Amino acid sequence: MENYRHDIVKEAGMNVPGIVYSSEEDYEEIKKDKTIEQVKNVAKLPGIIGESIALPDCHRGYGFPIGGVAAFDIKKGVISPGGVGYDINCGVLLLKTNLSIKDFKGKEEVFAEAMNKKIPSGVGRGSPFQITYKELDEVLKKGAKYMVEKGYGIPDDYIYCEEEGCMPGADSSLVSQKAKKRGIGQLGTIGAGNHFLDFLSVEKIFDPDVAKVYGLKKSQVVILIHCGSRGLGHQVASDYIKKMEDEYGIENLPDRELAAAPVDSKLGREYLAAMAAAANFAFANKQILLYFLREEMKNHFPEAKIEVLYEVCHNIAKIEEYSVNGRKMKLCVHRKGATRSYGPGRKEIPKKYKSVGQPVIIPGSMGTASYVLAGEKRSEDLTFGSSVHGAGRKMSRSNAVRTLKGESTRKKLLEKNIIVKSGSSRLIAEESPEVYKDIEGVVKVVEALGISKKVAKLKPFIVIIG
Amino acid sequence: MKFKFLSHTADLKFKAYGKTLEEVFSNSLLALASSVSEERISPEKKIEVSSSGKDYESLFYNFLEEILFFIDSKNFFPSKILNLKIDRKKLKLTGELYGDSGEKYKIYSHIKSVTYSDMIIRREKGRWVAQVVLDV
Repeated sequence: MENYRHDIVKEAGMNVPGIVYSSEEDYEEIKKDKTIEQVKNVAKLPGIIGESIALPDCHRGYGFPIGGVAAFDIKKGVISPGGVGYDINCGVLLLKTNLSIKDFKGKEEVFAEAMNKKIPSGVGRGSPFQITYKELDEVLKKGAKYMVEKGYGIPDDYIYCEEEGCMPGADSSLVSQKAKKRGIGQLGTIGAGNHFLDFLSVEKIFDPDVAKVYGLKKSQVVILIHCGSRGLGHQVASDYIKKMEDEYGIENLPDRELAAAPVDSKLGREYLAAMAAAANFAFANKQILLYFLREEMKNHFPEAKIEVLYEVCHNIAKIEEYSVNGRKMKLCVHRKGATRSYGPGRKEIPKKYKSVGQPVIIPGSMGTASYVLAGEKRSEDLTFGSSVHGAGRKMSRSNAVRTLKGESTRKKLLEKNIIVKSGSSRLIAEESPEVYKDIEGVVKVVEALGISKKVAKLKPFIVIIG
Repeated sequence: MKFKFLSHTADLKFKAYGKTLEEVFSNSLLALASSVSEERISPEKKIEVSSSGKDYESLFYNFLEEILFFIDSKNFFPSKILNLKIDRKKLKLTGELYGDSGEKYKIYSHIKSVTYSDMIIRREKGRWVAQVVLDV
């Protein structure tokens, strides 16, 4: 069997060893950027437990690698905003519909154009959905639940989200005015970069029993939304990186982006509460996007029903319980570009999915498949209950713009019956399928490791990006 | 050359040059402006900008972050900065930022944040060089 585990031996300064999980082919690429150095740097932080981990979709980040998982002792360890990332609770929402791909036949272009008009990227112009600062405080406290209370959805929309769409412990008074000003006009917007709204059809079912529990069947139309906490979350990250640098210094850090505070300190607790508020903004953001989506859908398919299958967080830190060397421990798990992947039985999973494990949603690129997997118990032993969050980038944006043309990517995908809508052909070039690793390879590793298992394969037919 | 973009797996990385510290900051603003819009932003409106730091790196970080703040909170997209002054002792910066509302332009990128990753601000061979990675 191919070796999917690449050990990084403990060197001077590292508190634990590192592990990169990937195919041998991808590992050759991973070695070329700064990922390994970043895995080692994370291993140098105080109170890290087990190993500093990078998953198969990993690539160079800043401070921590993207596709990185690191768990810290809540008494002796640290929390680092850089280990969560600037886009706090960037994540993916998977929606299921009662429509089949056949229902879209002949309507694709008109529908795609209308949806592109309806769903705001928010880039350069903000959101049509405006709220007051008082309401913003409620959003930060209650997340998606608040939007549902206000009539923008139904309780099942948040019940099937990680944390039920509301991170506990959020404190809006710990979010700066600057962060609030950056975010208040952006609720209900996707943003740009790798954020998207895709319409896909279920191409293949691998596990009929789990698919049945998730409510998926062949040819069914599903929708994926990838976005985060917009300017509000970015500013929270930046504010607390600076605060931690001021309080604890950076003299002993291998990288300024690794600024951290003890989990068990005033500043550590304050960051967790501010991060939770930003995470709630991200949950509410997707709830408003879902509201817009349902509104537009009615115009084309009056009988359509859109239900939440599940929503996962990609950039988050959480206090979770694991068994470490036979001892139960509460740990502060940082996931930066990683998805929680709990197997059957964990209390954190919605009741309906408890017997089969939580849905793990892995988006591919605009031209390739996406996958729905189910979390597996083994992830708790190997990766602190985590799995991959996507295919992972391999080509830089500058290189993509130099070597690829947005218009030719759009045409090539149209030949494969995928309609791409974007305000910018440059962004299409930057997000072309060629810039991502092979999703099939990434999923193969995840399954071989036993951290998640394949349930369904999704094929895109409409892609909307910023 | 005022600035050039460098390769970075997922994000935006650029290097800017200048005869003075002020010039390298101004050219960095031009690099940032060119990486958010496909079209040239015209200098229609003026905003007074000021930032401070505790070293050159944090001053640079805070300066660029202030620009992101105007983009997000006012949809104000930068064109250029004039009368940029840096007090090297107090590590304070002031300047007149010119730009326009994003609604009129083809904006294609959203920068999430400035980062300290691979940041450089130093004199090299008689000129100032600044390098930064922006999270997109």
